Amino acid sequence: MSMNSADLINNAEKEWVWNETPLLKVRGLSKQFGAGCIHCKQPTSDEQEGSRCQYCGSIWACRNLSFDLYPGEILGVVGESGSGKSTLVKCLYFDEETTVGEMSISSYEDKTSNLFEKSAQQKRYIRNHVMGMVYQNPLLGLRMPISSSGNIAEKLFAADHYHVGSIRQRAADLLQKVEIPLARMDEPPKNFSGGMQQRVQISKALANNPPLLLLDEVTTGLDLSVQAKVLDLIRNIQRELRVAMIVVSHDLGVIRMLADRTMVLRQGLIVEQGLTDQILEDPRHPYTQLLVHSLL
Amino acid sequence: MQTTEQKQNNHKRTFNTAEYNFAFLDEGSKREIRRKSLKAVAIPGYQVAFASREMPIGRGWGTGGLQLTLSLLGRQDTLKVIDQGNDDSVNAVSIRRLVEETSGILTTEETAQASIIQSRHRIPEEKLKFDQILVLQVPQPEPLRKVERREERTRIQHAEMDYSAMWLTLYESIVKWGSITLGADYPVMVHERYIMAPSPIPRWDTEKLHQSHHLTLFGAGREKKIYAIPPYTNVQPLEFEDYPFEVESFDGLSCRHCGSMDSFLDEVVDDEAGITIHQCSDTAYCRQQQERIG
Ligand SMILES: Nc1ncnc2c1ncn2[C@@H]1O[C@H](COP(=O)(O)OP(=O)(O)OP(=O)(O)O)[C@@H](O)[C@H]1O
Ligand SMILES: [Mg+2]
Ligand SMILES: [Zn+2]
Repeated sequence: MSMNSADLINNAEKEWVWNETPLLKVRGLSKQFGAGCIHCKQPTSDEQEGSRCQYCGSIWACRNLSFDLYPGEILGVVGESGSGKSTLVKCLYFDEETTVGEMSISSYEDKTSNLFEKSAQQKRYIRNHVMGMVYQNPLLGLRMPISSSGNIAEKLFAADHYHVGSIRQRAADLLQKVEIPLARMDEPPKNFSGGMQQRVQISKALANNPPLLLLDEVTTGLDLSVQAKVLDLIRNIQRELRVAMIVVSHDLGVIRMLADRTMVLRQGLIVEQGLTDQILEDPRHPYTQLLVHSLL
Repeated sequence: MQTTEQKQNNHKRTFNTAEYNFAFLDEGSKREIRRKSLKAVAIPGYQVAFASREMPIGRGWGTGGLQLTLSLLGRQDTLKVIDQGNDDSVNAVSIRRLVEETSGILTTEETAQASIIQSRHRIPEEKLKFDQILVLQVPQPEPLRKVERREERTRIQHAEMDYSAMWLTLYESIVKWGSITLGADYPVMVHERYIMAPSPIPRWDTEKLHQSHHLTLFGAGREKKIYAIPPYTNVQPLEFEDYPFEVESFDGLSCRHCGSMDSFLDEVVDDEAGITIHQCSDTAYCRQQQERIG
């Protein structure tokens, strides 16, 4: 097996920065939409080549993505619309079936086995115990007509909690953490504003104390002042609970505020990854430079 | 001594049954239904699809239960048919007639004398024995239908034991009303594996399914499903640790006919007196109690 020098440097750097084993390890994750043809059997790593097959129209929405996430760390994923950010987190959360690749989570059972190959039942267990997901569209993450406490309870049932009193205590604690007034815990999210719905989604995602939280554009579409509050909340949760997070955004401002490290996606490929400050101050890839400079 | 019922039966026996196969269904259909019943027994609480036949009574009037009954009947069997505890309701009588006319077997109103009991909405008060089979008519076999409309989704939920949505409706009921408001057809967990709809029996009857001596078969004609609770199976109503399952309470009430204080009571309004009075829903049990008192 060969390893190029960049990898060696990267690994050495990580050893130094994160003297820990990664919580999440993703290797060679690729996702194709469409049936594919002989011309697009494999995702190419060629940046010049687009993600869409010119013969059959299939799309490699994620191409050969490899990265680590350490306990308590926030990894930002940034890139233009259609670059594969949502597809990536959906694959990690098993919402989409990954075409090829491996994922392991060190806090789950055997630590190293490929979670993409688990049974549907095991995947559901992992979704409910090891991960939490917050979608851009709260309709995807919440049952709108059901009480907010019930939304949280649903997660707790999946973890075999069947004591109404303690479920309600847990729901109250979580909703309080996201600043939903206790008096409104049994109101359905459909009564709430967009910002409140996002906060209920976050509390639901945290219900079983997962070590890993996936957040896809959680502030997109919210008013600026509301955005700031939600971002504050996410930062506080990360500090307090030491949850590792993958924060997806096309907004570099959000990434700058939250992410320790950042990964830049373009046409399903990682074009650059590193410490967020470094990427924002001194972007190396021309595409990142373009992104960063259009922000400034 | 013969009851009037049995005299009628003797009369029926002379009826010409030649134009039907024994017990109406052809042998091939009966075999298929028995095979599906065996599968249902092997996987307690699991809904087995079967090819529901057209019956000379309307779908939704117990065709699923009737097909089970007909497939089970042998010439030595004695059948009892009840509808909401009552042997004399129009439905019960017409099903009983059909079986009598097409098989010539004996029927009875005595629970203990029946080898097969087909019932709608009730389980007899008298404890059933290991050599008896209870056939329950089922309008909606899918307990998850209330929370998920699509059949392909509920099948996956059963396969993966993904029952959160079901628990959620129970939780919502407690939040809204302070208790679980489901009455009849209260969902049960069968042998720690499948959530099952016990058919619209009252909560009162649900506990009779747990570790019973007899076999219970469930038939849904319109929905084309058979399922079963074999003897000595754990049947647990869904309940929260701090909201235990409770059966209907008839505290301080008794049957106006037999005085029974430990049977499931129906409410009847006495128009003359303008008051509500109670009587056993299980008419055979009530009669038995009355005879005992003398
Ligand atoms: N279900 C699907 N079927 C077909 N193609 C899809 C599907 N979902 C996504 N794609 C395609 O995959 C590519 C990546 O889409 P994705 O939604 O992951 O992008 P994104 O980075 O999240 O974009 P945005 O910033 O707009 O949310 C796009 O070309 C998209 O059209
Ligand atoms: Mg997206
Ligand atoms: Zn009585």
